[in-house]
Amino acid sequence: MALESGEVEKIAHLARIAIRAEDVSEYRRHLSRILEFVAQMNAVDTHGVDPIAHPLDAVQRLRPDEVTEVDQRERFQAIAPQVDAGLYLVPKVIE
Amino acid sequence: MSDWEVVIGLEIHAQLATRSKIFSGASTAYGAAPNTQACAVDLGLPGVLPVLNAEAVRMAVKFGLAVEAQIAPRSVFARKNYFYPDLPKGYQISQYELPVVAHGHLNIDLEDGGTKRVGITRAHLEEDAGKSLHEDYHGMTGIDLNRAGVPLLEIVSEPDLRSAREAVAYAKKIHALVRYLEICDGNMQEGSFRCDVNVSLRPRGASGYGTRTETKNLNSFRFLERAVLYEVERQREVLESGGRVVQETRLYDSARNETRSMRGKEEAHDYRYFPDPDLLPLEIDAGFVESVRATLPELPDAKRLRFEDQYGLSPYDASVLTATRELADYYEAAAAACGGEGKLAANWVMGELAGALNKAGLDITASPVSAERLAGLLRRIADGTISGKIAKQVFEAMWEGGEEADRVIEARGLRQITDTAAIETIIDRVLADNPTQLEQYRAGKDKLFGFFVGQVMKACQGKANPAQVNELLKRKLAG
Amino acid sequence: MHEMTVAELSAALAAGRISSEELTRAFLERIERLDPGLNSFITVTAEGALEQARAADRRRARGEGGPLTGVPVAHKDIFCTLGVRTSCGSRMLDNFVAPYESAVTERLAGAGMVTLGKTNMDEFAMGSSSETSHYGPVRNPWNPDTVPGGSSGGSASALAARLAPAATGTDTGGSIRQPAALCGVCGLKPTYGRVSRYGMIAFASSLDQGGPMARSAEDLALLLQAMAGFDPRDSTSVEEPVPDYAGELDAGVEGLRIGLPREYFAEGLDAGVARAVEEAVAQFRRLGAEVREIGLPNTRLAVPAYYVIAPAECSSNLSRYDGVRFGHRCADPTDIDDLYKRSRGEGFGAEVKRRILVGTYALSAGYYDAYYRKAQQVRRLIRDDFRRAFGEVDLIVGPTSPSTAFRLGERLDDPVTMYLSDIYTIAVNLAGLPALSIPCGFVDGLPVGLHVIGDYFREGRLLAAAHRYQRETDWHRRAPAGFGG
Repeated sequence: MALESGEVEKIAHLARIAIRAEDVSEYRRHLSRILEFVAQMNAVDTHGVDPIAHPLDAVQRLRPDEVTEVDQRERFQAIAPQVDAGLYLVPKVIE
Repeated sequence: MSDWEVVIGLEIHAQLATRSKIFSGASTAYGAAPNTQACAVDLGLPGVLPVLNAEAVRMAVKFGLAVEAQIAPRSVFARKNYFYPDLPKGYQISQYELPVVAHGHLNIDLEDGGTKRVGITRAHLEEDAGKSLHEDYHGMTGIDLNRAGVPLLEIVSEPDLRSAREAVAYAKKIHALVRYLEICDGNMQEGSFRCDVNVSLRPRGASGYGTRTETKNLNSFRFLERAVLYEVERQREVLESGGRVVQETRLYDSARNETRSMRGKEEAHDYRYFPDPDLLPLEIDAGFVESVRATLPELPDAKRLRFEDQYGLSPYDASVLTATRELADYYEAAAAACGGEGKLAANWVMGELAGALNKAGLDITASPVSAERLAGLLRRIADGTISGKIAKQVFEAMWEGGEEADRVIEARGLRQITDTAAIETIIDRVLADNPTQLEQYRAGKDKLFGFFVGQVMKACQGKANPAQVNELLKRKLAG
Repeated sequence: MHEMTVAELSAALAAGRISSEELTRAFLERIERLDPGLNSFITVTAEGALEQARAADRRRARGEGGPLTGVPVAHKDIFCTLGVRTSCGSRMLDNFVAPYESAVTERLAGAGMVTLGKTNMDEFAMGSSSETSHYGPVRNPWNPDTVPGGSSGGSASALAARLAPAATGTDTGGSIRQPAALCGVCGLKPTYGRVSRYGMIAFASSLDQGGPMARSAEDLALLLQAMAGFDPRDSTSVEEPVPDYAGELDAGVEGLRIGLPREYFAEGLDAGVARAVEEAVAQFRRLGAEVREIGLPNTRLAVPAYYVIAPAECSSNLSRYDGVRFGHRCADPTDIDDLYKRSRGEGFGAEVKRRILVGTYALSAGYYDAYYRKAQQVRRLIRDDFRRAFGEVDLIVGPTSPSTAFRLGERLDDPVTMYLSDIYTIAVNLAGLPALSIPCGFVDGLPVGLHVIGDYFREGRLLAAAHRYQRETDWHRRAPAGFGG
């Protein structure tokens, strides 16, 4: 399955990853090679096979509804790129 | 001009009233300082993992049972992937293919007195996002993640609604229901109950659906109604001028009373849902469902019918009094404590009390006059100790001073005079004091009867039993 | 001292023949002297290590502590460590100091182990050569021109070079076992859910599993004992009692049925590796095991399925690295999308970006069924193959890697060739089974790994078989020239 350059750019946008124009063709080549490789799966008929998302047939455990966390804002924001008045700052977002 | 049919479906986000978040142990309390209730899990820090809150599951099941839906024995949490600064992990944990609740329904009352069954496609558990604050922080947007991870139940209706009024009736009914169930505080100002509405038009009689728009950010029933009306008109104009409705997300602007397209949101509508590998399938067995069923309170519809039956109320009164669980509880407490005077209690709760609460901007739960105290007053009306008119004075005093009815009646000497001899003495004095009027009355001027009643009541400061006054006065005037 | 195993060091510490402080100083000295040529550590925590060592000595002096108290350990830099940078081999997290401790490091610290530092790895554990790290490639002590395998290549290299007696790793598609094989050390990937993933930076959540790396099966048993167990903070952690692994160690292999999957001895396998593995199998037979051929017919589908599932999960798991709350942020973003795209474009290396893009594609509208859903169906077929096989045999044995260590740079330009390095290990992660790799010989001076796969939660049986083998052989005792005694 060969990808078009435009598809690479579309995926890169969905994934919010900047790719330099000069690198697009290499990504295209690598991604096409990988997709071609994984297409080997199509050799087997999986009609009627239930997909599994986890190796074990375990079920979700539930947690009691208790507040166990305390305020650690100072610690968490010590590693943040930009904060002010307890808020994380990002470039202006227009709704 | 074509005849259009309006097709509406609602997506309601009800914030579940848990103490802690859906996947973390951080508090859900409203109004904390920014990011003080956002723990490592809520912030999406590397390596930390979600664990599901049992109470959120219980509440979802409770809702499902209340709308007679199917509770999925197995449901799956999925990731909805998109980038937004108030979405810390770059995905929202939600349910996609297998929701916890499916195929329910709810009856709403129509204006013509009939009812309509509205399908509930599904209700699923998900986490809320944080908040973007667009005030100016050095020209930047501030992100508060306290709300990130708060549990939501997203309730999706079938496109069964046909007018703005039906949409509002449905939303109000869901609102009352989640509060009855005590799974959501219903506070719309704080965002605990939010509606998104899907609207489309189709030629009347058509079986397919027209292209729909989704309008978000409706945090009051009034805005819901206005947004639908606006959107119906807008789409009608588009269609009738030969245009096509664009499938898009729109935002309701209450200041301008209009909906507008949310720029740029369209291209990103590839959410890449897939099962969240950090969470396992949620299995709910019959035993759990039954244990939740046992905690279901009497639901609004059942309560309304019982009120009509048990207290002899009109359908209208019963529906007003069951609008919220708190009001219904208050009414029932008052009715029971005043010896089953259901009708009298209804009149007072819906009349004097509702008026006073409304004027003071208070909720029934904050009423200065408790149900027991109100019942104390109603008992005095019922046993003839005071008249209805005096009762209003007593109520006012109770509202202001917080005292029991009997104390107010005693302290102010408002007890009704029912002693015939005492009333006759007053009547005799009034007749003696007004010889001219007495003469005119006896000459045939019947209208003066009211004058004499007024004079008697005035003389006894309103405390005489009005029926008795009428009867005795008639006899005396007849000479 | 550096040649001793964890069990031997434990005995020496218990007998008071050495102190943890001496031991720790000795390893720190070796790291300082020898690691510049290997680059197996990203961060060395000398000061903290000495403090922990002195605390361990005091603990032992009071007659407290357990077998691991005072024994040094190196942690893969994927485990969050409170107050110490956790980079995951990425520029994205070059400045990230976790405000919490991972379950694995917490448990081992609780057992009294002394943390020497954080080991180098493929960026976000995505790789089979430890070349994709932001901190430069790791070298294999057996030949510095070759790779140590990956992604836990720093831990494997440090063990082989005797820079640490014990280490931790994580294994998503072979990342503990393949570097253990290529560096001639031992590594165990436990059953999925056996070891808590809390605080372990996620690559592919349904496949990731932390585990021990060391120089003997006995050491793996000691380490696993301390690492394993239920953790309520991880929904996928299993509430299954932890057996006494050391107690099961002498169970031997007599009467055990060992299966050799014919698909594992087919084309693509290096002849020298095949010979070493066959010799190890013969050894098991001599020790009383019954060997038979089995079939795992869907083996060839494992790598393709894995390279859909792992990238899909990683594309979502790595969305949180957005430059907003922690990690790398680009300079002067013009708007929010610019912030995202440049922070992620700069913060992630080429292989991570490739996998995010593949995963994004595989999950996107119109492709989900053909890729992701199909891969999860194949995953069931692969798991069912193993379930059937474990109805017939007790252990499955084969090569860990199709070849010995390859040269640096050799496979960097072709991702698929690199992916095929994990052809024997990947299926085990898809099925969630436990497996280990132990040294079983050499080809041209480079170590060969023997892969032993067990049924769910049968780590004890795996370790006993490996231990029995190591009582008869000394491959695990061999040290690379310049790093031994």
